[in-house]
Amino acid sequence: MNLSPVPAMRQVGSLFALGLEVFRLMWRRPFQFRELVQQFWFVASVSILPSALVSIPFGAVIGLQLGSLTTQIGAESFNGAASVLAVIQQASPIVTTLIIAGAGGSAICADLGSRTIREEIDAMEVLGVSAVQRLVVPRVLAAMLVAVLLNGMVSVVGVAGGYFFNVIMQGGTPGAYLASFSALAQLPDLWVSELKALMFGFLAGVVAAYRGLHPRGGPKGVGDSVNQSVVITFLLLFFVNGVVTAVYLQLVPAKGM
Amino acid sequence: MGVEIAVEGLGKSFGPQTVWRDVSLTLPPGEVSVLLGPSGTGKSVFLKCLVGLLRPEHGSILIDGVDLVGCKERQRYELRKLFGVLFQDGALFGSMTLFDNVAFPLREHTRYRESKIRRIVFEKMEMVGLTGAEDKLPGEISGGMRKRAGLARALVLDPEIILCDEPDSGLDPVRTAYLSQLLIDLNAQIDATILIVTHNINVARTVPDNLGMIFRKELVLFGPREILLTSTEPVVAQFLNGLRHGPIGMSEEKDQATLEAERARYGDGAELPEIVPQLEPSPGLPVRDAVRRRKDRLVQSLHTLAPAAQQNVLSSLTEHEMARYGLRRSTRAGGVL
Repeated sequence: MNLSPVPAMRQVGSLFALGLEVFRLMWRRPFQFRELVQQFWFVASVSILPSALVSIPFGAVIGLQLGSLTTQIGAESFNGAASVLAVIQQASPIVTTLIIAGAGGSAICADLGSRTIREEIDAMEVLGVSAVQRLVVPRVLAAMLVAVLLNGMVSVVGVAGGYFFNVIMQGGTPGAYLASFSALAQLPDLWVSELKALMFGFLAGVVAAYRGLHPRGGPKGVGDSVNQSVVITFLLLFFVNGVVTAVYLQLVPAKGM
Repeated sequence: MGVEIAVEGLGKSFGPQTVWRDVSLTLPPGEVSVLLGPSGTGKSVFLKCLVGLLRPEHGSILIDGVDLVGCKERQRYELRKLFGVLFQDGALFGSMTLFDNVAFPLREHTRYRESKIRRIVFEKMEMVGLTGAEDKLPGEISGGMRKRAGLARALVLDPEIILCDEPDSGLDPVRTAYLSQLLIDLNAQIDATILIVTHNINVARTVPDNLGMIFRKELVLFGPREILLTSTEPVVAQFLNGLRHGPIGMSEEKDQATLEAERARYGDGAELPEIVPQLEPSPGLPVRDAVRRRKDRLVQSLHTLAPAAQQNVLSSLTEHEMARYGLRRSTRAGGVL
């Protein structure tokens, strides 16, 4: 087996190059508005329901876990505060992007991959149309937009899930839960959550497009690419999330109690 | 008139594997050229290099004086607008109907109104015999139809250069003949530079003004059709005759021992098939300017050709042309003064 780092680094480099290219061509006319709307609708339609369904148990688990801990130290009134913070700042952007990468990104990757092996991408390039500008940019933008919007919905559904399990199942106090919302969380938490969603959406879109444009030989290669694109996105996601969270916690001090 | 493509010292390899090296040829403007070669010699790779889809490691490709290999990306996209490329499988966009496929370049690069686009698309669809199939999806039609639709799409911007990757593969002989005729007619009408990559002997013998052949990772030769069709190269003879004995083997080239054994059995090289006349444009179309330009060029360099090629060139000239070029037909066959 070849263990030389050069091919791996080359892949990373090409991925970055595509990311830059996408960013550069995002601002260049003609803007593919139609394609953007189509892709936006597609990504949204495949990810809304799954992300809502995933965010309910996510919020619930956080709520339940916290609930049993806070009762032990007699801090039940802070249930809401902790759960809102965890859902908005961490859970929601991650859930959103996992779903977008898994549902939307895989479809984008498969679509571009099959176009590549059928030489459609080549044909488009030969017709003097940049495939990155015509196909990739609208898809990445769609993934970013959907991520940002979906992130809001997932936050709401996650918090509502936490509320339901905490108040109804564990017999918490509704008033205390709601009143403590802003005890720990602050507005910048929401901003960073949306910023994360935007970045993750970009990542998911670019990785899917990159793997889709470079499948290795034949239909089987497209399948492998789809698989890889989801896995790579997940890995990158958690890494970038770690970095962003660390930087954010340094820049914005946690709210004192 | 079409655009000249000058390829100089071109070399391409994938990792350690060389596809071909040191390929130099000039596609004369407005003429039809064919590049022959056994399967797997990198003909399609050559085509992809010509349109800038692959980047050759060595050499240059001058199109209209601009080097495609070294130029900026934006220049490359501009240059590509000169090209119409027919891919092996048509490479149609699977999610669009044939109409939208053919209209695609117009919608991307022009600001024509929809009515004008419709008119142009219908005209090109009729040209390739696909009237009535505009609303079909590429998945619903046969390979031959896909190919013809791909050609219609390649022609829709009136390209200066037309590149065809195996226009005959997957087509029956009759349709291949029609397609060959279509290319010649196109050349007569818009005087585009045409390069066809194929291994169809019939196309090679009847269509082009110039012929070339790639073998053993090199360009064996490239020049006016008479040169290759009268060439004494064993590869050429084997290929044009479609024989098993000769330098081309099943997978790659043959070793010396096998060649010796074959020579003992079949004798030295096969006779070349007779040169058949080139296709003429359909009646009613203008005369191809390329023919005259090529004859001018040929007569000037006549003395550099091999005797067999010379003879062939001369016999293709009419009395009138002989007089114009100041040549006399000598009594000895093939003699020139």
